Amino acid sequence: MQHYTMNLKLKVWRQQNSKSEGRFEVYDVNDISSEMSFLEMIDVLNEKLIKDGGDSIAFDHDCREGVCGMCSMVIDGRPHGPWQGTTTCQLHMRAFKDGDTITIEPFRANAFPVVKDLMVNRGAFDRIIQAGGYISVNTGNAVDGNAILIDKQNADDAFAAAACIGCGACVAACKNASAMLFVSAKVSHLALLPQGQPESKQRVAGMIAQMDKEGFGSCTNTYACEAECPKEISVMNIARLNREYLQSNLGS
Amino acid sequence: MNWSQLFSSSIGKKIVMALTGIFLIIFLVVHCYVNANVFFPNAQENFNRAAHFMGTNLLIRVTEIGLFAGFILHIIQGYKLELQNRSSRKSRYAVNAGNKTSKWYSRSMALLGTLILLFLIMHLVHFWVPSRFGGLTEVQYGNDPIVFHNLYAQMQDTFAPMWVVVVYILGCISLSWHLLHGVQSAAQTLGWTNKKYTSIIKSIGFGFSIIVPLIFALMPIFIHFGWELNLGSLTLLF
Ligand code: HEM
Ligand code: SF4
Ligand code: FES
Repeated sequence: MQHYTMNLKLKVWRQQNSKSEGRFEVYDVNDISSEMSFLEMIDVLNEKLIKDGGDSIAFDHDCREGVCGMCSMVIDGRPHGPWQGTTTCQLHMRAFKDGDTITIEPFRANAFPVVKDLMVNRGAFDRIIQAGGYISVNTGNAVDGNAILIDKQNADDAFAAAACIGCGACVAACKNASAMLFVSAKVSHLALLPQGQPESKQRVAGMIAQMDKEGFGSCTNTYACEAECPKEISVMNIARLNREYLQSNLGS
Repeated sequence: MNWSQLFSSSIGKKIVMALTGIFLIIFLVVHCYVNANVFFPNAQENFNRAAHFMGTNLLIRVTEIGLFAGFILHIIQGYKLELQNRSSRKSRYAVNAGNKTSKWYSRSMALLGTLILLFLIMHLVHFWVPSRFGGLTEVQYGNDPIVFHNLYAQMQDTFAPMWVVVVYILGCISLSWHLLHGVQSAAQTLGWTNKKYTSIIKSIGFGFSIIVPLIFALMPIFIHFGWELNLGSLTLLF
């Protein structure tokens, strides 16, 4: 694709902290290269804001290569922007054209309070993991990878579920702010492997109880999460989570 | 973990919705079959006999109580779910993805359910109330000593004005959309979906959601215009 430059109008959500009311501010950004990433475009705007003595826009980011899951923001109504299977840091400005107005908001959910501007606190996900998203093993020498035989299909499905980077886009996309896609990925990648079996009942019960306590909504199977997930986690994991949950309840 | 937690947790609430939803689907099938008598010749007698059986059979009367309970549970739990889900995002988005990432009817189950509920109240007033509390004319057939409620005549009276027919058709359309999301959603909630079965379940759900409401919608139309379907020897069991 041809390289081009563009002038844009940004409507950005500015919010001092979790207690204060937020509002949109409008900014003009000019001469943006189509080769830039979306975050680089905000960097350019922030440089200008700082130079003009203003307050730069706070946003989360870390790896900028689509693996850490930090770069949460909603761009024109889409978590991580318009491209499928892509994080904000991997979104490039060639997705936009000269003269576009882009609305940028934080992930909105009671369970993800805004820290500042576009930054939200996704600590609720950490607490869900602490409630069961692990296996308890004695550490020591790494065992031979082929010592435990695993069905190929299960291995593939577990691997696909383990691709979840905990970014929270599923919550941001869901009309109910439900965390089911995230929790289902974290339950699935352990439930599909033999190492996950001993703790499977406590795991699903603990994680769902914590998920409810954090104030996420119930899943109503609209599947907006799957459409927005940058790692394209399948909603079939949610069906597995539901099965695991039923078994954990009926079995005891 | 115990049963009360199973029904108070987020997944538990969905399981209640799914089980009551499936129960209501079974009711729809039975209701649709019995009423399909109105399409065929000798509709008045066949339909009134079928309705008499449904109204007097003890097993069916007991199931009717279960049906009311199922409806009430589904409706209360449905509104609770909707309110809780709405309140889990206090600050709203300025821009929404809308139909780009999900279907409008999947996002509008409470609205569609409310339309069905309004329809249902009207429907009960039209037929269930008079058949339980009086107000129907009576007929007898041949030498049969049984005196039947003429529910068929009640239908003819009810569907005489065209606007009632139109309202019933709108009710069926709401039901169709509710089921288009609901059937596959119930299967997903109960964990029946997986790579292999999802497409089959979705196809069955789609077919059911179109065909059953369509058959229901045809009933007031047939009665309004006095049509009948003559397929030779093919009639229903009743
Ligand atoms: C004959 C009538 C009805 C049938 C056959 C029916 C069927 C269903 C089914 C199969 C589901 C899917 C369950 C699930 O998501 O797991 C459902 C969900 C739902 N129904 Fe109904 N329903 C009926 C009437 C109603 C009424 C009267 C209401 C009134 C409020 C209602 C409100 C809801 C709501 C809010 C949901 C949840 C939506 C979701 O989870 O996505 N339904 N229904
Ligand atoms: S399931 Fe997808 S959208 Fe949700 S946290 Fe994991 S990677 Fe992000
Ligand atoms: S910054 Fe790490 S995924 Fe975007």
